[in-house]
Amino acid sequence: MDWQALTLSVKLSLVTLIFLLPIGIFFGRWLAYRQFFGKSLLQTLLTLPLVLPPTVLGYYLLVAFSPNQGFGLWLASTFGTTLVFNFQGLVLASIIFNLPFAIQPMQRAFAAIPREIREAAACCGMPPRQVLWKIELPLAWQGIVSAMVMCFAHTLGEFGIVLMVGGNIPAETQTIAISIYDRVQAFDEHAASIMSLSLLLFSMLTISITFWLSERNQHTHV
Amino acid sequence: MSDSAIHISLQQERPMPLAVELQCQAGELLALVGPSGSGKTTLLRAIAGLYQPQKGKISCQGELWQDSTRQIFKAPHQRHVGLVFQNYALFPHMTVLDNIQQAITHVPQQQREAEALKLLEKVHLDGLQQRYPKNLSGGQQQRVAVARALARQPKVLLLDEPFSAVDQVTRRKLYRELLALRQSLAMPMILVTHDLEESNLLADRIALLHKGEILQTGTPEFVAAQPKNATVARLMDQQNLFTAKVLAHDKSTQKTHIRWQGMILEASYQAQFAVNEPVCWMIQPANILLHRRGRPSNGDRENPLQGQIIEYMESTGLANMLVRVAKQLNIHISINVPLHVAKRNALGLNEKIGISLLAEGIHLMPYQTLRR
Repeated sequence: MDWQALTLSVKLSLVTLIFLLPIGIFFGRWLAYRQFFGKSLLQTLLTLPLVLPPTVLGYYLLVAFSPNQGFGLWLASTFGTTLVFNFQGLVLASIIFNLPFAIQPMQRAFAAIPREIREAAACCGMPPRQVLWKIELPLAWQGIVSAMVMCFAHTLGEFGIVLMVGGNIPAETQTIAISIYDRVQAFDEHAASIMSLSLLLFSMLTISITFWLSERNQHTHV
Repeated sequence: MSDSAIHISLQQERPMPLAVELQCQAGELLALVGPSGSGKTTLLRAIAGLYQPQKGKISCQGELWQDSTRQIFKAPHQRHVGLVFQNYALFPHMTVLDNIQQAITHVPQQQREAEALKLLEKVHLDGLQQRYPKNLSGGQQQRVAVARALARQPKVLLLDEPFSAVDQVTRRKLYRELLALRQSLAMPMILVTHDLEESNLLADRIALLHKGEILQTGTPEFVAAQPKNATVARLMDQQNLFTAKVLAHDKSTQKTHIRWQGMILEASYQAQFAVNEPVCWMIQPANILLHRRGRPSNGDRENPLQGQIIEYMESTGLANMLVRVAKQLNIHISINVPLHVAKRNALGLNEKIGISLLAEGIHLMPYQTLRR
């Protein structure tokens, strides 16, 4: 078992979640409650990472992060930093490829709260922030947790984008998924099988949690 | 302009038209009635601040909630409004007690529970404070919603079809409870309903809404008996609505005569309509007398008509009948008599009967084409 790779993967997943939680809540709620021009286009863009081959997305991110042009060049010249082949780059890539996994379940969870309930809260004297804390988040929490669990598992197992953007640098960008690939290449089948089995069990656990939460959600909302 | 009242003046053309001038005094229960899609709920939402009409002014108990000319629009949480939603909109993740406590903001935190318990007692739900909404019956949920609305110490109480989601037995019980409760409430109360029986029973005044416009306001009895026009009469479910022509006014007898389908009818004096002017007229079933067989009375001489019962239905102590008064013209009049009277006179389908239209009950209105 490559503990260094596992630790890095868990760290990457947790840091990604810290960013995705507020992003998911903001966009999920916005898309659930608001009608605006260009909503369909925005939803299409946010769903794109779900259907795009990870290597394609990884390629575009690599191009965008490249210090020779555009965003990457601006980043290098302004802050003297780069996003390719390092942990920061992996975090940003993880956030981007996880957007649909974070936003969509949260959007569905917020949309499932009847409008009257939010309005009743306002009529009880709650300002919008309090409505969010006292009503919306407690009613949408299953959706939020399930989105976070999915994102965690997805980040843990992501291979294509991580390899494209981060490469395979031990302790810096070598995640568990890449380590498995690395072990197979080195004919270390024992390590590869232990790590694969661990990921398999973990994925099964996360999917069970999300199913259980969605069942519970159906029972609680009357 | 009384300070304890709510004053509503709203105008809008799109997306749905609104033309509303209303006020409701403290302690008064005003029912907004009208068919589905007439704008009743939109109007209620506008009062609560959940919907912002293009133009208008709303002030309640001296507080200005909306004034489009001065760009003033208070959000719902800034208005002291108690709103009972059609499906109650209780917070499903909170107990009954917590639901009510959310709306109590006028007392310190440690007194809120006691305040909520007092309200629960008021709506006869003491003992159920730890239940969740899904474990309550429809009637109990409605009572929690009322208690929560009152917990806000509202300046106006708004009720959006609060009886539509419960069965009839529960509904009657809740009517009685609301009638008792309202004695102790000193704020204006506005009830949205499409049920005329409900508004007759509960409201001091009704405002009839049609396509976003208030057509008439008044006591339920007044609007039903003296509708402003045939549209109002139709919306008030008046069955006996016809067209005629004014023949003459007789000031000395205080009668107006109209010609209707070749017959001359005597109505109460309504000189605002010119002689020869076409008019619509109506009569409520309660103003139609049934001739007692073999025992004519004085009332029988008023606009007597002979006819045949072509529809007969019995319901809640009344016999509702449709009587064809002129076979060749296919004119039908709807009447209802107490069931015991119908039984005593052996009324039934195809029976021939005599009826009288009481002149005082014949109400004339401006002419308009009547759609069958």
